[in-house]
Amino acid sequence: MPLDQSAKPNAFSKVGTRPLRPDGIDKVTGRARFGADMNAPGMLIGRVLRSPHAHARIRSIDASEAEALPGVKAVVTAADFPDRQDEFRDVLVNVMARDKALYDGHAVAAVAATSAGIARKALSLIKVDYEVLPHVIDVEAAMLPDAPILHDTMFTKGVEPTPTKPSNVAARLEFGRGDVAAGFAEADVVIEKTFRTEATHQGYIEPHACLASVGSDGQGELWVCTQGHFMVRDTCAALLGMDISKLRVTASEIGGGFGGKTTVFIEPVALALSRKAGRPVKLVMSRGEVFRASGPTASTSIRVKMGIRKDGRITAGEAELKYQGGAFPGSPVEMGAMSAFACYELENVHVVGYDVVTNRPKQAAYRAPGAPMSAFAVEGVVNDLAERIGMDPIDLRLKNAAKEGTRSAYGPTFGPIGLIETLKAVKSHPHYKKKLGPNQGRGVACGFWFNFGGQTCVSLNINIDGTVALAVGTPDIGGSRASMCLMAAEELGIPYDRVRAIIADTSSLGFNDVTDGSRVTFASGMATIKAARDAVQKLCARAAAIWGIPEDAVVWEEGAARPAGPNAGAFPPLTLREIAAMAPKTGGPIAGHCEFNAENAGPSFASHLVDVEVDPETGRTTVLRYLVAQDAGKAVHPAYVEGQFQGGAAQGVGWALNEEYIYGADGRLQNPGFLDYRIPVASDLPMIDTVIVEVPNPGHPYGVRGVGETSIVPPLAAVANAVSHATGIRFTELPMSPPRVLHAMDARRMAQAAE
Amino acid sequence: MVQVRLGGSLQSYSGGRGSFEIEGATIGQILAGLGEACPRLKPLLEQGVAVAVDGQIYRGSLLQPVRPDAEVFILPKLAGG
Repeated sequence: MPLDQSAKPNAFSKVGTRPLRPDGIDKVTGRARFGADMNAPGMLIGRVLRSPHAHARIRSIDASEAEALPGVKAVVTAADFPDRQDEFRDVLVNVMARDKALYDGHAVAAVAATSAGIARKALSLIKVDYEVLPHVIDVEAAMLPDAPILHDTMFTKGVEPTPTKPSNVAARLEFGRGDVAAGFAEADVVIEKTFRTEATHQGYIEPHACLASVGSDGQGELWVCTQGHFMVRDTCAALLGMDISKLRVTASEIGGGFGGKTTVFIEPVALALSRKAGRPVKLVMSRGEVFRASGPTASTSIRVKMGIRKDGRITAGEAELKYQGGAFPGSPVEMGAMSAFACYELENVHVVGYDVVTNRPKQAAYRAPGAPMSAFAVEGVVNDLAERIGMDPIDLRLKNAAKEGTRSAYGPTFGPIGLIETLKAVKSHPHYKKKLGPNQGRGVACGFWFNFGGQTCVSLNINIDGTVALAVGTPDIGGSRASMCLMAAEELGIPYDRVRAIIADTSSLGFNDVTDGSRVTFASGMATIKAARDAVQKLCARAAAIWGIPEDAVVWEEGAARPAGPNAGAFPPLTLREIAAMAPKTGGPIAGHCEFNAENAGPSFASHLVDVEVDPETGRTTVLRYLVAQDAGKAVHPAYVEGQFQGGAAQGVGWALNEEYIYGADGRLQNPGFLDYRIPVASDLPMIDTVIVEVPNPGHPYGVRGVGETSIVPPLAAVANAVSHATGIRFTELPMSPPRVLHAMDARRMAQAAE
Repeated sequence: MVQVRLGGSLQSYSGGRGSFEIEGATIGQILAGLGEACPRLKPLLEQGVAVAVDGQIYRGSLLQPVRPDAEVFILPKLAGG
């Protein structure tokens, strides 16, 4: 596709406007159908039996009494899922425990019954004989030589020679360049600190839910709340031994995902129950199950060492990152490591990372997986370096900021990027000049995210009345349907409200990667543009045929085909509506398509600024002001872009101040509910101000960059820097909940009194 | 020949070696050549990696042409949320 962004600067008539969202009425009236809203005749209710132990060998499961209970139509255990040793193995074991339960909440059996009451009763009749084993929850403890081992077959990868003794360290990684020792020797100030973050949940409002139906002919259908129904189809088909073509998956409306719905949990179980019972089965997680058995993010321990000259130039950066990702390999340590120093021009950098398993639920992606934690550590040290040399924290960042031509800390050279523009936007904002009062502090932090593209298909159908039906295959978790309609309308030259976008099921489009990696407005958007251009070409060809002139003598302008060129002849323009009306008798329906793999997503950078006030008597932190400046490349629907900025900041504030998985000594999660797991609500937050920076991405015809993830990268550090500024105490551990802050302030008071 | 450098954790699987000279005109040919030059990397390359060519990241474009003087980094498989 020609990268024509330079040809149309400021020439957009639809892109960049803020029309009403197409799903708004449905969502505010309750008409929108989410995962649990679908029913089917003869439907059964599914329930899952979960391990009460953090780590236990499953000696036996006796489900005979449950199966005999009237109303119970099916019971499944691991025996109903054939074992396998391929890339689906960990998902298989996570979906249904095999020889061991690996965390509190791990599924061990499931039932389908004619009512929820009977299903619950049936669960109580299943006898599981457990041999309770020692468990480990903390990432550092899991790495100790005498830690309880989760997997006897796990030998640390990335170490030469491969260890002969199993451990909980799934992999070690190391990379870098330059000479960090020389860099530190050159520095006037060197700061080294260790930071810790707790596991947090994505906190989506809608729990996982699905309705599965498998007939006696082996044909299956699944209605499910997910970020990627093609992924669900392919994964479930593999786990159940079905042909992909025999499973049709439809994505419901989705009440939040943030990365947590990019894998399967209950979907294969519902399908297995339905297949066994011969009836549809609805399976919905409770909130407690969401916390205990879906995927939170990793908890971490990160040591960072950085050196700086008095003139503000950073001379070296070193980090050691330990991420636990629950009971299976795959914590986001790699991406945390690669993004840690991405905001800065560094000649000397060295990073070591460890992917660690513990007796916790298998982590799932959470917005910019791995990056917020490493940014928390690095941006905390950058903040302290600025303080030590007496330099404005934004000026220090501007002096060292990555820009076009900078070789990134993780390897490749950056193309056009907007970090410096976001820093300048923050520095010139009125927020930065506000005076602070007593017990108040200000924090700044930057963040980076890679952004991704991926496999994408779009179909664009011209209806006979000149309206357009747009079918995309990426579930809309952030307003993408509005953005797709805007881009289609822009290309076709028709009003926004003439285009209607839907999320098509897996049998209606080719494969689409999941909605993740901030990819949809970029990738599905580019596919929409390509599909629209395909349709325009066909519309022009149809007009040429009607006029009896060559196809290349027709151009598309302002929503109509027009003759162009010396030999085209004089014909009045044919609008899209007119061509559509004639289509049945001039060659049949007109549609545009695109099937491609979107690459060159273009990274995104952000700078955040936050003011807080810390109550010295309670340790409670109030966020007074918050500003997000982020590079969107080109904001297709600015209100949604601002919403992404604000949402990331809000989730980051929760991660920084309150959210944490709290485990008891028995390895059980103590706070699996929103009363005890405290996410920020509207009354906890000020209006979050935003500045959209637009440094066009050369990989997209309009310059679009993904915006969904970068916004959660800086807030942990920005809030920690602000709380540290307000209290005069450097906080290195999250969450900075009132008890922790109060304890730190009390400890300082006692130390001062003792002096 | 294209200079191919390893980014992220991949150096942990090449005995610490960070750079290879590989014959190849496309990403696919370069990955195949790299697998021959460093067999320990081969399983990782087959599982899927990201390839940065002149700063642009490709995750699934084996047929993408690569100039001999291009900056090429092989990066671990990456995913977002």
